Amino acid sequence: MTTLWVLCEPKGSGVSTTSLELVSEARRLDGDVTAVTWGDHDVATELGRHGVSTLWHLGSFADQLPAAPVAAALAALLADQDIDGIVIPASYDGRDIAGRLSARMDRPVLTNVTGLLVDGGLVTEHPLFGGTMNARARVTSPGVAIIVVRPKSFAIEDRGAGAATVIPAPTVSSTVAVASIVHSSITERSGPALEDASIVVSGGRGLGEASAYALVEELAQLLGAAPGASRAIVDAGWVPYAYQVGQTGKTVKPTLYIACGISGATQHLVGMKGAQHIVAINTDKDAPIFAIADFGIVGDAKAILPQLIAALRARV
Amino acid sequence: MHVAVCVKQIPDPSVAPRLDASFHLERTAKILLDEADAYGVELALQLVESAGQGQVTLVSMGRDSDVTGIRGALAMGATSAIVVSDEGLRGADALTTAKVLASVLAELNADLVLAATESSDGYTGTVPAQIAELLGLPALTFATTVQVADSTVTVHRQTEDGFDEVRAPLPAVVTVTAGAVEPRYANFKGIMAAKSKTIEVRSLNDLGLSALAQAWGEEVVGVTPSPSRQAGTTIVDDGQAVSALVDYLDSIKVL
Repeated sequence: MTTLWVLCEPKGSGVSTTSLELVSEARRLDGDVTAVTWGDHDVATELGRHGVSTLWHLGSFADQLPAAPVAAALAALLADQDIDGIVIPASYDGRDIAGRLSARMDRPVLTNVTGLLVDGGLVTEHPLFGGTMNARARVTSPGVAIIVVRPKSFAIEDRGAGAATVIPAPTVSSTVAVASIVHSSITERSGPALEDASIVVSGGRGLGEASAYALVEELAQLLGAAPGASRAIVDAGWVPYAYQVGQTGKTVKPTLYIACGISGATQHLVGMKGAQHIVAINTDKDAPIFAIADFGIVGDAKAILPQLIAALRARV
Repeated sequence: MHVAVCVKQIPDPSVAPRLDASFHLERTAKILLDEADAYGVELALQLVESAGQGQVTLVSMGRDSDVTGIRGALAMGATSAIVVSDEGLRGADALTTAKVLASVLAELNADLVLAATESSDGYTGTVPAQIAELLGLPALTFATTVQVADSTVTVHRQTEDGFDEVRAPLPAVVTVTAGAVEPRYANFKGIMAAKSKTIEVRSLNDLGLSALAQAWGEEVVGVTPSPSRQAGTTIVDDGQAVSALVDYLDSIKVL
């Protein structure tokens, strides 16, 4: 029997979608799921419904970055448990918590995990080189495995079960100075949400200039798609961070992903390789994006997009 | 003001990566400073310049046979570098890397430790948080802007929906995204000056960390091609590519 605990990250008045994905997978591997969370909202009903029976609550930690206090409390809690692993969502806070927990417990951390299996112990799967290869890894020293799982790796299952039993975890004071959140700013964006859209049209540096991103938006609107972006053009200030697809941005798993002027750095590929169909337009025939594209065009996205838009408009 | 910057030399990312027989990334390609690290180096230089005085120390782990990338960061203006190089660290995991870097950083006692959000080759993205925990410091991660005033560091931290303004007292660890600042190019004067700057090389033994050699608790058990994601058709645009693309979109029933 493999015992996995799940760290569930609060989001809005509930928990993040990735947290529910991890709960669902843990429930498939182990009939009885224990989860750990923090924050000010009651998430016992939502988590119970997805299969969590026991829910440890670490504290509120409002208005601060949660990594240090969550890792301190979680390390203390896990010290007394005989479990195989704890799975943590690969989010901004999730990565920070996993890193701190690893250092605090002196345990290795396995990151960018997209699959879990039991084969003489817990084995993790990691996509390599944009998902063209799969690595399998395991923890070799006895003790808990800290596993950071990418969004959209597992399907969510609603089991219709009752609320989880909440147990307050012992209070542990972190000796690390508090990182205070002074102010939060939300970037507004139009069209379907990037994470949920069935089609995503993304632009990259190969568009040549910021104004060419309007072509991506126009095509997206025509297809009812969400516009996305590579890190390069987000960093260059062409579009806001909320548009970013990739390791440090959103993970998307649409029916169709159209990459326009994106070379396909690993950082980008890990965020979109799960798309059912991938179309790539890029001037460099050796660009890594073509290694995972179902349909690739070696050509200038800035020249091809207006033709594609015109062709699609002519059909309606 | 003393700013330490964690930097990494990586194989040229424009060369397709390959694994050797023991599942380590082959490092036969030209070794460069990770482009993601140039932002931390630039930010450190700017912070020291605006403080009026101080130093920027580069801290790195990796082979010392080629330090061109580190030398390049010194040419940008960093003061000196410490490189931990040890055969016992080949294939080291993130926690071991963090322990090694933290050991050097503890000795430096810098006001601020900067790093990229993740390296462009291994991209585990956990080393800065591990360093922060080992040193007992706050960590402001995924920073898109960074300001230091009155022993406090304030950043805009990327979030799923926008950004948070986050603040912590110094000393602290900050990870910067690309684009936080515009890295300068080294000028001739900088390149010449870098030739005489110190790159101190240390072994695990020098740090008193011999026990860390090849002692991490995780391993890769296998690597296989992924059946679900292989290349399909790629055509060269000859003016007819769009109609082929429209046919493809029709075939997958998205139009």
